[in-house]
Amino acid sequence: RERDREMFAVENGLQGDPRLQAISDAIRVIPHFPKTGIMFQDITTLLLDPVAFKHVVDIFVDRYKHMNISLVAGVEARGFIFGPPIALAIGAKFVPLRKPGKLPGRVISEEYELEYGNDRLEMSVEAVKSHERALVIDDLVATGGTLSASINLLERAGAEVVECACVVGLPKFKGHSKLKGKPLYVLVEPSQLNEVTF
Amino acid sequence: MSRNKQEEDPRINGIKTKIRVVPDFPKKGIMFQDITTVLLDPKAFKDTIDLFVERYRDKNISVVAGIEARGFLFGPPIALAIGAKFVPLRKPKKLPGETIFEEYELEYGNDRLEMHVGAVEVGDRALVVDDLIATGGTLCAAIKLLERVGAEVVECACVIELPELKGRQRLKGKPLCMLVEYR
Repeated sequence: RERDREMFAVENGLQGDPRLQAISDAIRVIPHFPKTGIMFQDITTLLLDPVAFKHVVDIFVDRYKHMNISLVAGVEARGFIFGPPIALAIGAKFVPLRKPGKLPGRVISEEYELEYGNDRLEMSVEAVKSHERALVIDDLVATGGTLSASINLLERAGAEVVECACVVGLPKFKGHSKLKGKPLYVLVEPSQLNEVTF
Repeated sequence: MSRNKQEEDPRINGIKTKIRVVPDFPKKGIMFQDITTVLLDPKAFKDTIDLFVERYRDKNISVVAGIEARGFLFGPPIALAIGAKFVPLRKPKKLPGETIFEEYELEYGNDRLEMHVGAVEVGDRALVVDDLIATGGTLCAAIKLLERVGAEVVECACVIELPELKGRQRLKGKPLCMLVEYR
């Protein structure tokens, strides 16, 4: 059963699926953004390719549509791009997880670490019912800090986090397929510096 | 889907009832139009997207531009359904590649909207999406960005309009489609 929960899509039944290569090819690498040494994975070029963007959504929808997910939580802001299409296709609600001060009404907040200092993620308390089965979506997982904070928020509100899903995942997670005990599902590894243009 | 109430689609009332109005947020005197409650109702969210998709699917739209951050909730599903590219218009310094920007006025001071160079091309037919139009300042900045790179802005689409703020008049003559008015 552990094999079922392995992290990268290519290891989990999608080996040789040409859609994964198309997705990877559509991601642009920007060196030294936001600072020196970081090879930023720019998914905006993926969004400019309607076929590749649809592949991302289709793969996630195929995986989650029979898992009784009632809630898709997306991390601001790029999680807002991938989460709603998945939620709509599987008939789940969408819950935005936001930077402080953006959500009106009663919220709970969770701190997480940045390289220097902390940040906070907030969620509306009324958005979640007890025992809901939830999926967390973001574009990329790096340290896992944001996803861990997301899991905490949902669990504090009584939801069960079924899985975390990202388009891109840093290879450091390879072999460690869980985040706070939750399975982590990722479509592709980071792209290398390439010639992707518009 | 415009101000003409005679032929209002029955789905619109369902959407309207899901919008939560939060008084005095983010500050006193503002009646905040919270669309997150629409997203909590899969039918209402789907109806919102379907209404826009039905309107735009045969209009040869090649790009949907969504304004950060709530425009990101509605723009991509519309783009996917009509086969258009999605372009995020973002606050400064978020986009990693080369960008162009357009300034717009806030109540106090200015802000900027940025777009990636090369994302939109000459001849692209564009739709601009945001959750709400108030003064129209952000939408106007979005229209300017798209026109500067040679796109034709076909329409602006918002879930909610605050008509008393007259944002509709600040769209450089471009039409606005909205679902729900709040007075």
